[in-house]
Amino acid sequence: MAIKRKKVAKKKTNKKKTKLVKVSKKISKTKKKVAKKKSATNKPSKVFKKKNKINNKKNREVTNMSTETVKSGVSASLDTSHLKVPFPFKSKYGNYIGGKFVEPKSGKYFDNVSPINNEVICQMARSDAKDVDAALDAAHEAFKEWGKTDITTRSNIMNKIADVLEKNLDLLAAAECLDNGKPIRECMAADLPLVIDHWRYFAGVIRAEEGSVAEISNSQYSYNIPEPLGVVGQIVPWNFPLLMATWKLAPALAAGNCSVLKPAEQTPASIMLMMELIGDLLPPGVVNIVSGFGLEAGKPLASSDRIAKIAFTGETTTGRLIMQYAAQNLIPITLELGGKSPNVFFEDIMDKDDAFLDKCVEGFVMFNLNQGEVCTCPSRALVQESIYDKFMEKVIARTKAVVQDNPLKMETMIGAQASVEQMEKIKSYLDLGKKEGAKVLCGGDVAKLNSGLENGNYIQPTIFEGDNSMRIFQEEIFGPVVSVTKFKDEAHALEIANDTLYGLGAGVWTRNGNIAYRMGRGIQAGIVWTNCYHAYPAHSPFGGYKQSGVGRETHKMMLNHYRQNKNLHVSYAENKLGFF
Amino acid sequence: MARIKLRAILNMKVSATPTALELIEDLKKTHGKDLLFHQSGGCCDGSAPMCYPANEYMVGDKDVLVGEIGGIPFYISKTQHEAWKNTDLIIDCIKGMGGMFSLDNGTGRRFLTRSEICVPENSTIN
Repeated sequence: MAIKRKKVAKKKTNKKKTKLVKVSKKISKTKKKVAKKKSATNKPSKVFKKKNKINNKKNREVTNMSTETVKSGVSASLDTSHLKVPFPFKSKYGNYIGGKFVEPKSGKYFDNVSPINNEVICQMARSDAKDVDAALDAAHEAFKEWGKTDITTRSNIMNKIADVLEKNLDLLAAAECLDNGKPIRECMAADLPLVIDHWRYFAGVIRAEEGSVAEISNSQYSYNIPEPLGVVGQIVPWNFPLLMATWKLAPALAAGNCSVLKPAEQTPASIMLMMELIGDLLPPGVVNIVSGFGLEAGKPLASSDRIAKIAFTGETTTGRLIMQYAAQNLIPITLELGGKSPNVFFEDIMDKDDAFLDKCVEGFVMFNLNQGEVCTCPSRALVQESIYDKFMEKVIARTKAVVQDNPLKMETMIGAQASVEQMEKIKSYLDLGKKEGAKVLCGGDVAKLNSGLENGNYIQPTIFEGDNSMRIFQEEIFGPVVSVTKFKDEAHALEIANDTLYGLGAGVWTRNGNIAYRMGRGIQAGIVWTNCYHAYPAHSPFGGYKQSGVGRETHKMMLNHYRQNKNLHVSYAENKLGFF
Repeated sequence: MARIKLRAILNMKVSATPTALELIEDLKKTHGKDLLFHQSGGCCDGSAPMCYPANEYMVGDKDVLVGEIGGIPFYISKTQHEAWKNTDLIIDCIKGMGGMFSLDNGTGRRFLTRSEICVPENSTIN
């Protein structure tokens, strides 16, 4: 699917990107019609100019604060001109609060680097509790209207958002690539199309939804009406910055909530570009983005008694802490905390040497998608022993053919790990795997790239062979590393697949529908991909069993994670009950 | 096979590198001495050792006290301990932004868990 979409995206590329400025002007006009009256008044460009002036006066840590697009300021490795888009980032970004970009109250900023070569690409607000408070003020103010805005209006705005993002797909893709290090072709073929799909899905699904009526008796009725929670806090990870933000924002907004969202400090910039493009489609304060560090900005948000819900994607220890805060405030949570997903290959896949077998080989090599920085990375491969040698020969060859280079190049299949520290963690697991006695079938080390990428974060696609009791089989490495083991039969495969603390995703590959069904039901995971992997359409629910989290994301069922049910219980009877 | 035996006879230990001990001392100066570590798992910052004020993180009988580093108790959840217990943990310090709400976050340094296979105290690996 990814590759097909890429071709489409490529075709459009030439015409579109240069028109960015025009597009946003057009949007400013149309949006006034969409968003009601006063709501969308600030044109992002103006707001930006203003903001940067303010910054000029107060900022202590930043000396160079050009408001111009950096374009010429970055090294050749970060050049985006071959994609026919300008360098996407301003030199610095404040917080997006109340419909405009504002300076952080402390005046502090931090450097945002690109993992491609660890060069500084822009500066971001280093926010604290005061900025979070300001964002919460704006959100609470906005909720008074937004919570009551009719569904058609909300839906139309979300469709407009999708349109604008689609028109700027290549620019946003370049931004995501620079900020996160993922290959541009994945950004263009997967991340951004999914973002757009998600906005449209929730725009559509709320139009078709309705509450319910229960007839308790012929004079007594219970009307169930979904109502928004209010102002919600959302903390987004660094692996899919725009997509994860959209997974959280789209259902929250569709359900009538306002949001204060904190992007990860490792990838804080692309969402600011997104807000530049779509911010004025929304009434001020409906979406507020506060950038900064987890301890300084994330914690005050997660522990605030002014949020009605907290949604978090990350790891287990922080997940527990978020639950603690939520317990103190008695508010609901959704948590997505990762996995160690098994990808199970049955012997019948090799009954024929055909397109399906080729698909299975690709399914194995999917551990490289997004450099393995995916909560559902198929990082444990279980291969039936009868086909083990022949199948492994194929997947090793395919893995060795994975092109690792500058992620901004269209041919690149695997890019840079999102941060130096993440690369260090992966290295620690490569070391541990070897110490545990796992056999390195390919890769196993840092990838040394040249041509300006010497300082970037690159890891070789790695296949370990070992057994499921090893740590490399038990803990999410979050890198392009798969650990492979053999199984004898279906029961053995199921036993290994479920021998894990987590249960987020899984893959089953077989030509036998009965095996696929039994395995699909038997594996304790929120999503079991059968003869496919890494598919994330908006109407396919995502979430974990066991320690992988609480709740679901994507799909219309997500709306109920952002809503209350109002039961209007009405009696149409004239007579009293007779108790008193 | 040897590994399965190891799981039964070995127990995880935790230690810290000199640079990690230095960071712990610095955090104590800012946040007081009453701190704790909790070993994380899962995605994103998973596998990171998180450091918190002791009264802010609730540990319970589903956590295992692995040991102390720099005078600070180090915990891991019971289930994760079971999966990890054939390894010793060495807490290191590297450059970085730090994990989420952990006290190293934003200092420019962060803790990183490295691991070694447990060495049996009175027996040999076979």
